[in-house]
Amino acid sequence: MTDSKKILTILSKINFRLQENKDFLTGLDSAIGDGDHGINMSRGFLAVMEKLPQMEDKDIATILKNVGMTLVSTVGGASGPLYGTAFMRAGAAAAGKTVLQGADFLALLDAAVEGIRQRGKAEKGEKTMLDALIPALEAFEAEHASAASPRRALERAVDAAREGVEHTKTIIATKGRASYLGERSLGHQDPGATSALLMLEALLESLE
Amino acid sequence: MKKFINDAGLVESQMVEGMVKAYPKHLRKLDCGNVVVRARKKEGKVALISGGGSGHEPAHGGYVGTGMLDCAVAGAVFTSPTPDQIFEGIKAVATDKGVLMVVKNYTGDVMNFEMAAEMARDEGILVDHVVTNDDVAVQDSLYTTGRRGVAGTVFVHKIAGAKAEQGASLEEVKAIGQRVIDNVRTMGAALAPCTVPAAGRPGFELADDEMEIGIGIHGEPGTRRGKLCAADEIAVMLLDRVLADLDYSGRKVAVMVNGAGGTPLMELFIVNNAVHDILTERGIGVYRTYVGNYMTSIEMAGLSVSLLRLDDELRELLDARADTPAFIEA
Repeated sequence: MTDSKKILTILSKINFRLQENKDFLTGLDSAIGDGDHGINMSRGFLAVMEKLPQMEDKDIATILKNVGMTLVSTVGGASGPLYGTAFMRAGAAAAGKTVLQGADFLALLDAAVEGIRQRGKAEKGEKTMLDALIPALEAFEAEHASAASPRRALERAVDAAREGVEHTKTIIATKGRASYLGERSLGHQDPGATSALLMLEALLESLE
Repeated sequence: MKKFINDAGLVESQMVEGMVKAYPKHLRKLDCGNVVVRARKKEGKVALISGGGSGHEPAHGGYVGTGMLDCAVAGAVFTSPTPDQIFEGIKAVATDKGVLMVVKNYTGDVMNFEMAAEMARDEGILVDHVVTNDDVAVQDSLYTTGRRGVAGTVFVHKIAGAKAEQGASLEEVKAIGQRVIDNVRTMGAALAPCTVPAAGRPGFELADDEMEIGIGIHGEPGTRRGKLCAADEIAVMLLDRVLADLDYSGRKVAVMVNGAGGTPLMELFIVNNAVHDILTERGIGVYRTYVGNYMTSIEMAGLSVSLLRLDDELRELLDARADTPAFIEA
């Protein structure tokens, strides 16, 4: 499915999608948070891009752990530790792999989502990035179990994440800054779930 | 956006540099990131470290000095500092008696400080923390992340800092910090939003005859929007929520009328006038009053009222000597 070189392409694509949507994410966050999600993610992935040249000859695990550390040390806020932990855990799950098959990617995604769940002490249904990521993980797992191709499984995962983002419009936030608005968070899609969707979309595009 | 800045990306670092240049007797900046420590390191006593996003000036650097904090870590505007920055701060001020982190209850702050504490413990540094959550605008329950930590945090810096200065153990400093947290409540309102420099436009819009009630300190909207009313009515509205949350009857309190950065002292005093009258009517004695910009939200036109319920020890520690850029107690 993918190897070290491909991981670098995927990271560049994620960066491109986040930079493209910086103002969009910030706008979503202004409605229910403090309006800096796009700014913070942009800053974090620009720092990741600066490090990419040094990562060209590294293995998958090292690259992902490095990305995680870079995000933790540049993003700040809640997104830094959450996405940082996700990439670091994904890196640990990729230890010793030179090529990622569908099953490896599933293990990676699972470790990343579990990392976010633990770090944020959050679950699905609380209007966070997990509302995109958990459905995506479940969809990927189901497709993979029915022997679908990784690409097909990822397509379904992106669809599920997109539905998850839509669902965040209908629920009240109970985690993160949006929770301080209570019912005022209704009707607004979650910025964290949206950035998670953007990353999954970038991943899918990179495989095309 | 009209601001006295050079570059939105340099706001935090140039602010910290400028602050250190203003108070060289008190402050020193570490080489890594926007971390400020006491000019002269405190030895043999528990060190206190706090911080958060920039944009809350004089918090948190303004509270670094004798009798308060040993280190303040400034993140990007309204964004928690990162664990590596906090870790550098901890290493710079840690003593063998340990380090207490004073963290405001915002998800990002709690996570980043927790990660920094994990890094410090790996190096054998004794670290513990308290989480301030004085804002009554947000209900505390099992199902939410709880109340926010806002202006009442300054009382934690002052009182826990005084306890540390007396040579108390980490356990004792933590316990007194927690006692302040258990006895302080805050409620705020805003008349106009602020603009995060990197965002370039105001965080929310508000009509001329509207106000946001239940704001935090990160430029986010409040918990509800209402019609603008007179200062006396706003004072009643804010105090009603504070007094309903904790039993202050027959007690002595410290009052803080905190400006959000864009509210003139004139207006803060007008609100304080009403606050005192209301407290007197309700049989609550005011021991000390603090009016001014203690924990701001850039240029937000807003304010908050905090009440700290005092006992003998809290009163004594509140009065203890402090010498910091933004808080002096002789």
